[in-house]
Amino acid sequence: MCQVDEEYNGQLEHRVTPRVSKKCVKCKENTAVLIIRAGDAFCRGCFKEYFIHKFRAMLGKNRVIFPGEKVLLAVSGGPASSSMLSQVQEGLSRDAPKKLRFVPGIIYIDEGGASGQSMEERERAVAQLESVFRATNYHYHIVHLEQVLSLPSSVLDAGSSATEKPQTGSSYKAAVDQFIQTKKNQHPDLSVENAQSHLSSLSMHEVENGVTSPITPEHTQALQKLFASVRTLTAKEDLLHTLRQHLILHTARTQGYTKVMMGDSCSRLAIKLLSNISLGRGASLATDTGFSDPRYGDVVIVRPMRDYSSKEIAYYNRMFDIPSVFIPGLDTKAQDKASIQHLTESFVTKLQTDFPSTVSTIYRTSEKLHTACPPQNTNTQPFAKCLLCVCALDTKLGESHCQCTKTASHHRNVLYSLNKSTCNFILKLVFLFPNHINISTYPSLLLCYSCRLTIKDMVSERTSITSHYS
Amino acid sequence: MVSLLSLYLGGGAELLFGSVKEHHVTLPNQSEPWDMKQLLVWIRGNMLKERPELFVQGDTVRPGILVLINDADWELMGELEYELQDKDNVVFISTLHGG
Repeated sequence: MCQVDEEYNGQLEHRVTPRVSKKCVKCKENTAVLIIRAGDAFCRGCFKEYFIHKFRAMLGKNRVIFPGEKVLLAVSGGPASSSMLSQVQEGLSRDAPKKLRFVPGIIYIDEGGASGQSMEERERAVAQLESVFRATNYHYHIVHLEQVLSLPSSVLDAGSSATEKPQTGSSYKAAVDQFIQTKKNQHPDLSVENAQSHLSSLSMHEVENGVTSPITPEHTQALQKLFASVRTLTAKEDLLHTLRQHLILHTARTQGYTKVMMGDSCSRLAIKLLSNISLGRGASLATDTGFSDPRYGDVVIVRPMRDYSSKEIAYYNRMFDIPSVFIPGLDTKAQDKASIQHLTESFVTKLQTDFPSTVSTIYRTSEKLHTACPPQNTNTQPFAKCLLCVCALDTKLGESHCQCTKTASHHRNVLYSLNKSTCNFILKLVFLFPNHINISTYPSLLLCYSCRLTIKDMVSERTSITSHYS
Repeated sequence: MVSLLSLYLGGGAELLFGSVKEHHVTLPNQSEPWDMKQLLVWIRGNMLKERPELFVQGDTVRPGILVLINDADWELMGELEYELQDKDNVVFISTLHGG
C-alpha cells in the first residue's frame, strides 16, 4: 500500500448530498427545513423549541440575573437584538414553570449622526423602532449618539444635571459618586443586591417612555466633525463602539438598571474576538467576548445571544416574523479591506462556508479564556483602568501599580503622542464618568494600548469640541 | 416554461436592489428548466443595481447570505442544482450586519 503506482480499485466515497425528503433529526417525523451547525437538520417546530430553550438555558446556566432586577436591553434594530427582544418577551410572558422574572427596559441608540444619515432617514428608523417597542409595553429610551458629547451640560430626565466639576454636582451625582467610591474599596465581587438596594434608595424620577432631550444640528455637526477627524475606518468603528458603550452605561446608571443585555451573536463574537486581537485588545478578550462583562462594576453586561449563529437568528426571524429594522452603519457597502473589523468579518464568513465548524470552534476557544487579575496591593485603589474602554490597563507605566504617586509630567511623557487638545477631549469624556478618575487630584490620562492607537489616529487639527475646552 | 417567482430580500441585501424588498419576476422562457445557478446569473445581470460582488461571488452567493427556497434552507434542496418550479418563493437574507 501507499506505493507510487498503486491502483485504487475500490469505489471512492461520494459525499452524501441531502435531499428534500430529509427528516428532522430530533423528532424524526417532520420534514427538515433548516440545517444548523455541521449537519443537523431540524423541522420548524423542533427548531423553534430549540431556539427558545437555548435562550433560557443560557440565562439559567449563568445565574447572574436576579428576580425583580432591572435589565436594560440594548436593541440596535438588527436581527440579533430584535431576536433577543422577542425571546425576552417570550420568556417573561410564559406561564411555563420557570418564567423569567426581571424588569426589562429597552434602549436604542441612534447613530445616524456618525454614519452620515440624513435627519429624515433617522427619524424614519426611529419611528419604525418605536412602533416595535410600543408593542412590547416595556419602558424604552431612545438616545442619540450626539448626547454623548453634550452630557455634562444637558439636563437629563432623571434630574442629574452634571457640571464640569464633579464634586459640585447635584446631590444625586455626588451620591452615585460616593456609592461607586465605596464599592471600589470593597471586595471586587460586588453583590447585586447591595447595588440594587442602594440605587433604589436614591431618589430617582420615573421616566416616561420617549426620547431624551432633542438634538440640534450643531450637535450633529460636532459629532460629525469628531468622526471626520479620525482617519481610518478601524479607529472610527472602535470609537463608535466605545461611545455607544458609554451612552448605554450612562443610561443604565441614571435609570437604575443594574444589568445590560447585548445582542451579540456567536458569529459576531467570533469576529469580534479575532478583530480585537488584531486591534491590540488581547488583554481584555475574556470580558469583551464572555457571557458577563463586569468591568463597569455596578452595571454588568451580559450577552445571552452568544450561543446563536447568525444563520439561526436570521432563519428564526424570517419564520416567526420578528420585526427588525435594517439601519446602515459605518461599514455598509465598504470594501473588504476598509477596516480590520470588516476584513475579519469577511474572512470568518468565507471560512465558515467551507468549514462549518469555524465559528463554533472560535466560540469554544473564547469560552476557555479567563481574565487574569493583575496582582493588586490592598492599599492601592483600583484606578488602573483604561479611560475609554474601562478594561484593566495592559500598558506598564512604571514599577508600581499605584498611579496616584506618579507625577503629572511623568504621565505626560508617556503619552507624548497626544497633544493638549486631544488630551482635553479625553478629559471631557472623563467628566462624564468622574467615578473613575477624580480629575481635580489626578490630572493624568490612562489609556490601554488599543485606545491609545484609536486616539492617535485623530489628526492634529482641532475639532470644535476640543477647541471649546482648550 | 415560464416561471413566476417571488423574491424577497432582507437583512440589508435590499440596499443593492434599490431598497426594494419584494420582487415578483417572470423568467424568460427556455427549453431546460431554470436552476438556481442560472437564476443567480440572471439576477446579477437584470436586477442588481450596484456592487454585484456584494451579492454574488463566482458561481454562488456571497458567504454570509442565507438563501431560503419555499421557507426551507437551500442546502436541503440541493443548493445550486435545485430546479425552480413555478410560483416558488426565494428569500435572500444577508446575515452580515449584526444585531
